[in-house]
Amino acid sequence: MGKPLDPNARASETRSMLLNVGPQHPAMHGIVRIITELDGETVINAEVEIGYLHRAFEKMCEQGPYNNAIPYTDRLNYVSPLINNIGYCLAVERLFDIQTTERCQYIRVIMSEISRITDHLTCIGASAMELGAFTVFLYMIKAREFLYELIENVTGARLTISYARIGGLKSDLPEGFEPKLLAAIVETRKILKEVEGLLNTNRIFIDRVKDVGVISKEDALAYGITGPFLRSTGVDYDVRKVHPYLVYDRLDFDVPVGEHGDNLDRYYVRMEEMFQSMLIIEQCLKQMPKGSVMVDTAGKVIPAAMMVDEAKIGHTRGLKDVKVEADPTLEGTGKTFRSVYATEKNVALPAKEDTYGNIEGLMNHFKLVMHGHGVRPPKGEAYFPVEGANGELGFYVISDNSDRPYRVRVRPPCFPIVAALPKLIIGEGVADIVPTFGSVNMIGGELDH
Amino acid sequence: MDAAALAEQIKTKFPNLVLEAGVNRGYATVVIKKEGVKAFAESLKNSPGFEFNMLMDVTAADFLFWEEKENRFEVIYNLYSLNQKHRLFVKALVPETDTTIDSVASVWPAANWYEREVWDMFGIVFKGHPNLKRILMYEEFQGHPLRKDYTYNRRQPLIGPMN
Repeated sequence: MGKPLDPNARASETRSMLLNVGPQHPAMHGIVRIITELDGETVINAEVEIGYLHRAFEKMCEQGPYNNAIPYTDRLNYVSPLINNIGYCLAVERLFDIQTTERCQYIRVIMSEISRITDHLTCIGASAMELGAFTVFLYMIKAREFLYELIENVTGARLTISYARIGGLKSDLPEGFEPKLLAAIVETRKILKEVEGLLNTNRIFIDRVKDVGVISKEDALAYGITGPFLRSTGVDYDVRKVHPYLVYDRLDFDVPVGEHGDNLDRYYVRMEEMFQSMLIIEQCLKQMPKGSVMVDTAGKVIPAAMMVDEAKIGHTRGLKDVKVEADPTLEGTGKTFRSVYATEKNVALPAKEDTYGNIEGLMNHFKLVMHGHGVRPPKGEAYFPVEGANGELGFYVISDNSDRPYRVRVRPPCFPIVAALPKLIIGEGVADIVPTFGSVNMIGGELDH
Repeated sequence: MDAAALAEQIKTKFPNLVLEAGVNRGYATVVIKKEGVKAFAESLKNSPGFEFNMLMDVTAADFLFWEEKENRFEVIYNLYSLNQKHRLFVKALVPETDTTIDSVASVWPAANWYEREVWDMFGIVFKGHPNLKRILMYEEFQGHPLRKDYTYNRRQPLIGPMN
């Protein structure tokens, strides 16, 4: 005779299950690890682990001259690198307290908006693909390709663009850029309309994203979230509108806001932002001043390499008046930088034509580039916020009046969003992690510095 | 309210805590003693007129090679008020001998991860933080990489080349 059975005892016990999502997982855009505790299908606890892509951005910026940090900023947000480039340059320009030329500012706005569109296209395309809408992904990537071709046309690279310089830009827009850009906008609009047709009334898509991943306005503010994520909760904070920089105050555009703060509203906000960005680009093209494109030295044109050879053997007489046709492999390709550079000689690199063509240009270049000289902002610190594709992107630069930054700090916009991610997914099903995470638009490069 | 008026108001409201107040390149900036940072933060968040409801960023800087600075570290808070549309930079001075400061994670939840990052990179301990552990580096990492005495080429591989 054994002991009588406890009437409350159960034949089985319930335990929660730990599930690792990532670090290497096709749905984790980049490398991030979410440790979830599951009760059946429901997430009851979650923790996010980041840092797998840490590349010491801030430390490496301190090791070289100011202009050397620009290629590092490309790799922060690798879907919209131009905004990072421009944001860093604006912060250093604020240290100097200088303004770039008007044409340069318009080009910076155009390139930022193109980047914003490519970023949103990737984000929506990828999250739609994860919900089964593969067609949308292909359409979006097709549209992105039109824009990447333009970026390649202007900067020479698709991703590692390094286009902005402190005090200006690497080069002016190439010839025939405007009609190409307008044609790309027409194509992109057409594709976005098609995607709206595919998703906006799609029962499968709506059921998966509506009322999923909800965050309240108060929580979003408490976590310091900005950008489309904050706007989907109904707060109309957009740096471009609230604190206009560059020439955004002359442009007419709307800031779309959502209402519920769920994945569906974030999708709508991003879609509408792309249409607004295209309106901004069209206005910029209309307003942009032409600016002089020709070098002001008159005379015959010889290739830059030949001019260097001539100078080496002492044939310098008359070179001053000669207009150089720079080699296409050099920066410049026969165009002047004057129209896109600030006039301050202690900041702006001279045109390559000047560097190779006359002694003043060469000395100027030497003073800005060589070790021990360099770009030297006055002592102090400056912060410059710009509206990145994910929210407020700020660079905080401290200068000790030497040729390299004492400290560079980047405020990556997706850092606070990923910090709030557990709040978004707790209480939802396992399958909802993927669309919510997609709408966060985590970018490993800027998140992990 | 412009930046200069904001800095002046904060100085008059907290005369014992604020050491310097001024405008630096467009933004109001105040330098404070680290002791009262939590009460200061709560007051900035809740008092009308300030209403700094967003903590945009927390970072630090190491002034080891900066002769005129007495304290080695500065913890820099970047605050933003959505209603008033103004921004404030608060710098709390942290000496090398006592690298601790109160956590503001209970005031703004955003501080949770930012303070973990500052601990990871600079080794500044935030007292009262709910979960102060490394965020970007791994647990076995020795030292704090953004300190100026940590050379940039020092390597600490978890898995050596022999493995």
